[in-house]
Amino acid sequence: MATKQTDRRSWTRPTAFYNHYVKWAVYVIIAVFLLWSAWNMRISMARVMDGWDAAVGLVNGMFPPEYTTEFKNELLIEGLIESLAMSVIATIVGVIISIPVAFMAAENIAPKPVYWVGRGIITVSRSFHELIIAIIAVKAVGIGALAGVIALSYKTVGFFAKLLAEEIEDIDSGQMEATEATGANRTQTMLFGVLPQVMPRIVGLTIYRWDINIRHSTIVGIVGAGGIGATLLNSFDQYDYDFFLLIIIAIIAIVMVGELISTYIRGRIQ
Amino acid sequence: MLSVTDLQKTYPSGDEALKGVSLEVTGSETVAMIGPSGAGKSTFIRCVNRLTEPSGGSVELDGLELTGLSGKKLRNARRDIGMIFQEYNLIERLTVMENVLSGRLGYVSTWNAFRRNFDGDDIERAYEVLERVGLDGHENNRADELSGGQRQRVGIARAILQRPKILLVDEPTSSLDPESSRAVMDLLTEIAAEDDIPVLINIHEVDLAEEYADRIVGLRLGEKVFEGTPADLDETARGQIYRGEEIPEGAGPTGKVAAEAGDVGGVSSDEGEIRRS
Repeated sequence: MATKQTDRRSWTRPTAFYNHYVKWAVYVIIAVFLLWSAWNMRISMARVMDGWDAAVGLVNGMFPPEYTTEFKNELLIEGLIESLAMSVIATIVGVIISIPVAFMAAENIAPKPVYWVGRGIITVSRSFHELIIAIIAVKAVGIGALAGVIALSYKTVGFFAKLLAEEIEDIDSGQMEATEATGANRTQTMLFGVLPQVMPRIVGLTIYRWDINIRHSTIVGIVGAGGIGATLLNSFDQYDYDFFLLIIIAIIAIVMVGELISTYIRGRIQ
Repeated sequence: MLSVTDLQKTYPSGDEALKGVSLEVTGSETVAMIGPSGAGKSTFIRCVNRLTEPSGGSVELDGLELTGLSGKKLRNARRDIGMIFQEYNLIERLTVMENVLSGRLGYVSTWNAFRRNFDGDDIERAYEVLERVGLDGHENNRADELSGGQRQRVGIARAILQRPKILLVDEPTSSLDPESSRAVMDLLTEIAAEDDIPVLINIHEVDLAEEYADRIVGLRLGEKVFEGTPADLDETARGQIYRGEEIPEGAGPTGKVAAEAGDVGGVSSDEGEIRRS
């Protein structure tokens, strides 16, 4: 019996790291980095207390939200409508540009050079935050909604084309082959063998991106690219906190309505 | 008339799927190609319409050399070759009518294809073909609403709407139950006879091949090891195709082909040994 005891085999879960020393080294590095970051910022208790007082003052200043001044209400509605319009136009323009880019960036159907061009367009579009694009667009075409539409369309391409290209890469190639075998040309093969397979995804992604564009259209105004953002920033700069809160609530309402619509439509196409 | 000479295919992985197979299909005959999985049956058929690029040999359809064609010429050649697939390969989200009419894509402009603006005669003929395959009234169903047997009949309708000079059929019955398999085979041989087009079928079920084919070709490891009428396909020939068994001296008509094909019969697999014992 005793010999059987010593033969008993033990088991520990193999580590995901190279070995256990590497594992502990990684943990130590993370801990040191965390401590250094905290020390580097030098957040003192007094600073936290001061900040707390200021925060309470701000929130007090916000309540109740102001909705009685007719002039400000008009400003608000105008801004929101502009934001909404920007999001719709930017989505449509962005999607129209994205679809050919997505076909270019799908490895299974595009020749290698075209594929790299398509991927390149997507990467460049994904590299920058919309605010950076909005700043550039404002410089290029002037303050206003056009700059915002440019920024949002530009970002739509990176998002939409990337996800659609991945969808195209997952299609059933049999349907494409069968179309090819009838003597169809390249474009016809895409129209019959590929497009019907990714159509639900195109609709779903469009709605999803519209939903994102509504949210982003409220922010690009901060740099002068149209929409409610400019009004938001102005109210804040003028210490008009109760109007600021009204704008925030309105934005939340709009985003929620957009989300409800997009959830409903996406539910219908699944 | 389809005439294939010394067709070879080596995949980039180094697999030799076809090691020089020659075959002629003429008139309105039905030729069945049988063989174990991995024998190169599908590769052979796909090399004919160049869905797979052959590495060597020649494929001639009515005197036109298909290997080496590209662009418009290849597309025009493909219009004359109807293909039916194992997994049907219908465009699932489109209607039955769109699937059938897609057989005419080689004849319409891209813009008209996008608008689904097909020729009136083609639409009329699509209705006729749907009736012929027993799917009248289903033209507005989506392809993914149909049963397996029905889908394969849409696949057949699409292929014959091309008015092909030959039908290539890749494992038409593998995804079907025995009943639907027979219906599909009946339809195929019927069409071959009526429209006077030859049919080349890859098939797993040997009994279906024997029943429906005018001629049977056996492939094994990328080489042709048997060619003859269904009556010639005796136990010796089966053993040779499926188990790589050696041909006894002076055995039937299969001996002749084996001699042409070279030394293939000499390789005896372990599986064969077990089965024989």
